[in-house]
Amino acid sequence: MIGELGHFALALAFAFSALLAFIPLIGVARGHGGQMALARPLTYGMFIFTLISFIALVWGFLANDFSIAYVANNSNTALPAIYRFTAVWGSHEGSFLLWMLVQASWAAALALFSNRLPLVFAARVLAVMGMIGVGFYLFMLLTSNPFERTIPLIPVDGRDLNPLLQDPGMIIHPPLLYMGYVGFSVAFAFAIAALLGGRLDSAWARWSRPWTIAAWVFLTLGIMVGSWWAYYELGWGGWWFWDPVENASFMPWLAGTALMHSLAVTEKRGTFKSWTVLLAIAAFSLSLLGTFLVRSGVLVSVHAFAADPTRGMFLLGFLGVVIAGSLLLYAIRAAKVQSHSRYDLFSREVLLLGNNVVLVTATVVVMIGTLLPLFFQQLGLGNISIGEPFFDEMFMWLTIPFAIILGLGPLTRWRRQGFSEIRNSLGLALLLAVVLGFALPWIFADVVHGLAALGLILALWVVFTTVAELRMRVASREHKLPALVKLGRSHWGMVLGHLGFAVMVIGIAMVQNYEVERTVRMGPGDTFEERGYVFSFEEMYEWQGPNFISDTATFRVTRTDGSRVGIIKSEKRFYTVTRQMQTQTGLQVNPFRDLYIALGEELEDGSWAVRIHIKPFVRWIWGGSILMAIGGIFSMTDKRYRLRRRLRDERKREHDAAEQEAKA
Amino acid sequence: MNPKLKLAFFLMPLILFLLVAVFLFKGLFSDPTRLDSALVGREVPQFELPDLYQPDVIHDNRIIGQRPLLINVWATWCPTCYAEHTFLNQLLAEEQVYIIGLNYKDDSRGAAVRWLQNLGDPYAINLFDATGLLALDLGVYGAPETYVVDQHGVILYRHVGDLNERVWRREVGPIYYRAMRDAGLPIPEHRQELVL
Repeated sequence: MIGELGHFALALAFAFSALLAFIPLIGVARGHGGQMALARPLTYGMFIFTLISFIALVWGFLANDFSIAYVANNSNTALPAIYRFTAVWGSHEGSFLLWMLVQASWAAALALFSNRLPLVFAARVLAVMGMIGVGFYLFMLLTSNPFERTIPLIPVDGRDLNPLLQDPGMIIHPPLLYMGYVGFSVAFAFAIAALLGGRLDSAWARWSRPWTIAAWVFLTLGIMVGSWWAYYELGWGGWWFWDPVENASFMPWLAGTALMHSLAVTEKRGTFKSWTVLLAIAAFSLSLLGTFLVRSGVLVSVHAFAADPTRGMFLLGFLGVVIAGSLLLYAIRAAKVQSHSRYDLFSREVLLLGNNVVLVTATVVVMIGTLLPLFFQQLGLGNISIGEPFFDEMFMWLTIPFAIILGLGPLTRWRRQGFSEIRNSLGLALLLAVVLGFALPWIFADVVHGLAALGLILALWVVFTTVAELRMRVASREHKLPALVKLGRSHWGMVLGHLGFAVMVIGIAMVQNYEVERTVRMGPGDTFEERGYVFSFEEMYEWQGPNFISDTATFRVTRTDGSRVGIIKSEKRFYTVTRQMQTQTGLQVNPFRDLYIALGEELEDGSWAVRIHIKPFVRWIWGGSILMAIGGIFSMTDKRYRLRRRLRDERKREHDAAEQEAKA
Repeated sequence: MNPKLKLAFFLMPLILFLLVAVFLFKGLFSDPTRLDSALVGREVPQFELPDLYQPDVIHDNRIIGQRPLLINVWATWCPTCYAEHTFLNQLLAEEQVYIIGLNYKDDSRGAAVRWLQNLGDPYAINLFDATGLLALDLGVYGAPETYVVDQHGVILYRHVGDLNERVWRREVGPIYYRAMRDAGLPIPEHRQELVL
């Protein structure tokens, strides 16, 4: 019964989205205020029924209702309650329902805050959200119904959730990632609404900016949690694999980062208008492309969902309509946009353009790396596999100009910047970066790796230029500290975001060049020494978890001088229902290094193959991402995006403009 | 810029997207895993390859032709093999499928052994083909690939790409189990349907 209720609610949500897709637009065409105003309640209706549907599926899992096929395939009575809840998004159908809930939540949030926008514009934006909803709800109802029944052959127990997904990281990773993916649909809706209205001005950019940044923050955190999860759950010790599905989330992130920066130019200078719109369309299109790649089975990946050609067909059709439609609209409307702004070669505009060029190049590189195997196959050139070396090499080369530009950008003014004014600050930053970049590895490590030094120099360049920029902003003030605080959240957001990038580059450069990985044969009582650490295999014991049997090894770690570092427990689990082995990595961490132990196979004599990694600065990769996300949060809560003040300012400006016109 | 030229310029993204879409569309219908082998219907080529774990043990054609089996070509540099590995473990655990692993041009013996220790070893015999000799004779394109070989050592089928439940049920499994039936060997209860 509850299952049917969920199904029915989903159908109702579809109906609401269908109405939302055209009634407000008819209202706009006719100039009918009431029809335009309907956009809001229709959006709420879509949200509420999606929520009901989602709750129904959650109930199915918590109540172990194995008459629902999806529950039977992804849960088990022995599964702990928290994982029964997260199993809701453990596979295709349920994760799509979560996706829809997120989409409807963004639309509802947009509706809630839409009273800041002119009615016509709000009606258009929400209608675009409705159109996107129509496609997705249809997709669910026609090809991926999570409420399908197993009646009359109801299984006694479920087939259990994939053990890889029985982990705290998986509780938050998909929701965050979807918040990011789908969040770009808001930026997309703004862009389409602006194109429909034919008004590509800075007001549009200002409205869209906090939403874009919000989506970007979620996507950043989502990707970060995914990387962290892969690091300890897959037991390989890697933190990024250039897997097609990772790439699918990375492409919209790169495009979204470019969009954030381009929006800044459009808002502040009224230029780059058509480019910004194109980026907004691209960011969401890449999210859709990612969904298609993951769920159609076109590419093979560690993450891939069960492939089904009808799903692929539907998604591709939807993709075609959305992307081709919006690009056509773009071609017609953007060609008419005039840009009047002037700027010199050395100006913030040009540097931000450089930022965009690098980010878009990076997006294209990832796209080529992901899709090329497919193209080769289609052209009959055989099967190829593009792996890590390609991406690593490309990204190393892209990071260099990116970091250089990133250091220069904030120091330069809009329109024109004399080089001599900032020459001294730049020279000092460069000198400090180069000296410290070589000195730090020389002092702390046995060998200086060229690439590690390069990474450090780039990161320190960003840090020192950021500091120089802050100094410059308060140079003329008497009271430095209050002046710094007064800089505004948006400014601090930029500073944090850039420092986050530097922190991440340091982490990557260090871990790529200084990590140690050893595989050793160890049994209880054995010790192993590496880089000043002594790992002693203390004992091995077996215990029974709710749905698995675990072999747990305890390692005591000490320094060579005998001082204690800590205890590491590393597990090998056997999940009894799915009959899968799962490695639970043991970790001992501090800010400067991770000690990482993964158990391999048990060998004949009772000893084990043990993999020991020492990973310097690996936490900085995720720390940097968190810093970037915090920067985003600062930016989007800047007071210029807040309602009342904005409205007042705007009315005043309009009033002034009208007065001036009258005078003329 | 004159308006027409400008329109053409702004149409570029659309044209690029349509090009990509054509490939995605074709990708949906061409089975990415299907490639014919000139060897289907012939015997497995002659080979002499060392064991993955013990370099001094050499295997040759005598390990083939006793019973129906699968030869699975894999490597640690191949991400798809990682995705496939769990399914191979499951084939061994639940259906006792006899699989010979052919490690193809791997970085090192150590890397391959570590992989198996970490993910589990679904293979009855592990061959180490550092130079890709046997793979060359078989006409291997890339990893993973799987060959179905019958009790007489004749190649029945070649599958390019990963094995998974769908492929197993629809393509590879029926061929393997038909060979099992012909050899008079038992077929697990839940796979009986594949040979009907």
